[in-house]
Amino acid sequence: MSAPAIRTHELTKDFPVGFWRPRPYRALDRLSIDVAPGDVFGFLGPNGAGKTTTLKLLMQLVFPTSGTAEILGRPAGDVSVRRRIGYLPENPYFYDHLTAEELLDYYARLFGMSAAERRTRILATLDRLGIGAERRLQLRKFSKGMLQRVGIAQALLNDPEVIFLDEPMSGLDPLGRRDVRALILELRDAGRTIFFSSHILSDAEALCSRVAIVAKGRLAGTGRLADLQEFAVLGWELVVGNVPADALERVKGRARRVVTIAADRYAIDIAPDGHPEDLLRDLTAAGATLVSLNPVRETLEDVFVRRVAAVGDGAR
Amino acid sequence: MRTAGIVAIAVFRESVRDKVFYNLVLFAVLLVGASILIGQLTAGQDVKIIKDLGLSATSVFGIFIAIFVGISVVSKEVDRRSVYPLLAKPISRSQLIAGKYAGLLLTLLVNMAVMTIALYGVLYFLARGVPENVQHAWDTPALDPALLKAIALIYVDVAVVTAVALFFSSYSSPMLSAVFTLGVYVVGQFNADLKRFDQIVNAPAAIYLAKAAYYVLPDFGRFDVKLAVVHGIPVPAGYIAASALYALAYIAALLFGAMAIFSRRDFK
Repeated sequence: MSAPAIRTHELTKDFPVGFWRPRPYRALDRLSIDVAPGDVFGFLGPNGAGKTTTLKLLMQLVFPTSGTAEILGRPAGDVSVRRRIGYLPENPYFYDHLTAEELLDYYARLFGMSAAERRTRILATLDRLGIGAERRLQLRKFSKGMLQRVGIAQALLNDPEVIFLDEPMSGLDPLGRRDVRALILELRDAGRTIFFSSHILSDAEALCSRVAIVAKGRLAGTGRLADLQEFAVLGWELVVGNVPADALERVKGRARRVVTIAADRYAIDIAPDGHPEDLLRDLTAAGATLVSLNPVRETLEDVFVRRVAAVGDGAR
Repeated sequence: MRTAGIVAIAVFRESVRDKVFYNLVLFAVLLVGASILIGQLTAGQDVKIIKDLGLSATSVFGIFIAIFVGISVVSKEVDRRSVYPLLAKPISRSQLIAGKYAGLLLTLLVNMAVMTIALYGVLYFLARGVPENVQHAWDTPALDPALLKAIALIYVDVAVVTAVALFFSSYSSPMLSAVFTLGVYVVGQFNADLKRFDQIVNAPAAIYLAKAAYYVLPDFGRFDVKLAVVHGIPVPAGYIAASALYALAYIAALLFGAMAIFSRRDFK
């Protein structure tokens, strides 16, 4: 197995709280995760779970109380490593007086790009993020969604190997979210490693190869989505149409729930041991038509709720 | 060095767009207005008064910018969180502080250069209508090059104040930084008196404190040669060089302090 692109070992952060007699508040508690190169890694957790603190520790915006963090085999604070990474902070804020082009030019200079390289990269990145004529407007005139796009643009400016995105969908409209999802998949296909924090589980489910769930500063689970989900069938969903009234009445006694989803179309929720094949045979014999039959398995949301609940009140 | 330079240019651009240079309009109005008024009220003293006023205004505007832009240049970056994406780029926190300081110095340099040109311009117009025999009676010529010595030391003065402001703002709020910087500046004006404190009071603790303050705080009084220049008292080049070196030592200490504090700071 290749060396991890991102590794944290027992990473812990305490913040002092209180003015007169500060007490330590543990925002992150011994977090150990490995992210392999090329992974789209979802860092999930409810609000206040420690996601942003972890990203700040990886960016060395805050320093660990104990433990270590490494990016591309180098300590997280190493300035040379920053040439190879991109970072989108949560609700990014930039300089009001600069235009999007000027902002990217400022950052591109810090990466040591030549004038020609800057021109090419800035143009390509802004085009990629769908920032058109607005690129010449001062950022003070930008909407939240547009600022988010600029934030993603600056994170991709140096064609980074590892990209950290803190709540990348925040402030985006549905079209913007679709674009960013497509962008993340494009980056994944190009072999980039993406570490993104979110509490929007549908995004993680659609994008991530691996996830970590944090709650109350602690790691509540990590692994591939398929490994985290309990693969046992939790039930069956049978959808049928043209069901005679008497057949429908008989079904109600054998199913957990029957829901009318359209005119003369029903979704029947059957228990795992409810023998859906028998039910389907009886219904079709009575003249009903099959629309679909699917097993119900645990979703990421179920995993998330279960894992977060398991952390309980013991932490912190 | 290159990285700090990039930050410095950004600070300068921000100062221009944040209309820091609007003070120059006020300076020009003050100088031109005063020269017209004083020209009508005084006989032969107007050039001296304009020199005095021009140098004082240069100093006041410089200090004002040094304190209020100096305290905000780092704290604004932290408060508005624009420092987050910035520090994810290949730039160290020390380079950021160095760049911010260099940018402030550049802003002040351009500002003071314009004020100097404006002062010489007003003096030129004032002297133009005065007969040569009257001009010979003046302590110093209207377009006295020695004014540049006073302006150079004003620049050194504001460079130290900027470093003080940056030092405090590396860990404190803008309001507290302004109060601390102003406090250091005011006390620093009387630094020479602190040295002689034992001749005024007899309390050992107070004398000890005054001596400690004397050694710790910069002696801002030594950068003020305005009166000497206006009255034609020579200011030796050696004095200017020694004052600049003295300032350089303070600036270096303050910047290293600011870098050390800023490099360990958590951005919550």
